Amino acid sequence: MSSHHHSDSSPVNIVPRDPQKVKQILKVTYILGAVTAVEFVCAGVFQRNPWLTLLFVLLTFVKTYYIVAEFMHLKHEVKTLIWSIVIPTAFIMWLILALLMEGTSVFQFREWIFN
Amino acid sequence: MAHSATLDQNSGNIWNGGAEPLKASWGKLMMWFFLLSDAISFSGLLVTYGFSRFSHSAYDPNIHGLKFEFSDLYWPIPEKVFTHIPFWHIDAPLVFVGIMTFILILSSVTMVLAVEAGHRMDKEEVKKWMLWTILGGFAFLGCQAWEWTIFIQGSEHGRTLLDGTKVFGANLHINEYGPQLFADLFFFITGFHGTHVLSGVLINIIVFYNVCLGTYDKVGNYEMIEKVGLYWHFVDLVWVFVFTFFYLV
Repeated sequence: MSSHHHSDSSPVNIVPRDPQKVKQILKVTYILGAVTAVEFVCAGVFQRNPWLTLLFVLLTFVKTYYIVAEFMHLKHEVKTLIWSIVIPTAFIMWLILALLMEGTSVFQFREWIFN
Repeated sequence: MAHSATLDQNSGNIWNGGAEPLKASWGKLMMWFFLLSDAISFSGLLVTYGFSRFSHSAYDPNIHGLKFEFSDLYWPIPEKVFTHIPFWHIDAPLVFVGIMTFILILSSVTMVLAVEAGHRMDKEEVKKWMLWTILGGFAFLGCQAWEWTIFIQGSEHGRTLLDGTKVFGANLHINEYGPQLFADLFFFITGFHGTHVLSGVLINIIVFYNVCLGTYDKVGNYEMIEKVGLYWHFVDLVWVFVFTFFYLV
């Protein structure tokens, strides 16, 4: 159960804000905002090419890290919990690889049959 | 409390139960594993998008002409599709989705602040930040409704098909912007995400109502804010992926 115990009649103990924690939240906010701004600017300035796509993917992972680790607090959970969430996403990586290869193959077959 | 008494009694032997190997409440763990399964659902949709895109021709200025036009022959560049912003008749690629992304990130921040206030048992602050989060959710949903309307209506001139007929906008049968699958996946992916935002807003409203009633003061902790917070951050995270893989690349 929770560490806060009190009966219904007693007043609730409000703890004052920790400025350090709020600072950390704001820091993550600035990072997420800045990364999104960089993505947006790059999308407007550069022609689409594989390097740009790679940059977008990497920046997406940066944002994922900050949202999951800090906002969702996963970084501060016990290791077993962290890995039970992170390891299963390996299946997603496999899915991406498998279906993108499959898609390329379908494309090549279509070209071969219809052209 | 009875439960904590049992915990103390068994603290010597973990096989007697009452141990918490993951050091988190069952409610939070259920939320985490639900989110993991939901992440796999969303991956299914986004990877299907990747599969469809890779199985179609990409636009190539050397083959298809220097000026990009909507065509069945190749997958559209999303940047050329999503160029509208409300009230201005200007070409503003991705500006509106950029704004939507910022709205959702900000509502995630207000949710973190609500969780932080909850840890301190500060009811008034929790109320304030939950309200901002709900507002952010509604703002996002409003933007998405507008985005869908524009997508469904299509451009002023439409696209002329090979048989001479004109198509305007997109639905599940026609697509002005390119191959039909592009429109279908737009509706499925942003729709599935929008449904998540909508349910998130509803859950946030219920929790906000409970905060006002003083439910969590009575329970003795504000863990419910953490649980709905996890869901809300996840919805934000999914949008980060939709933004990259549907709109940017």
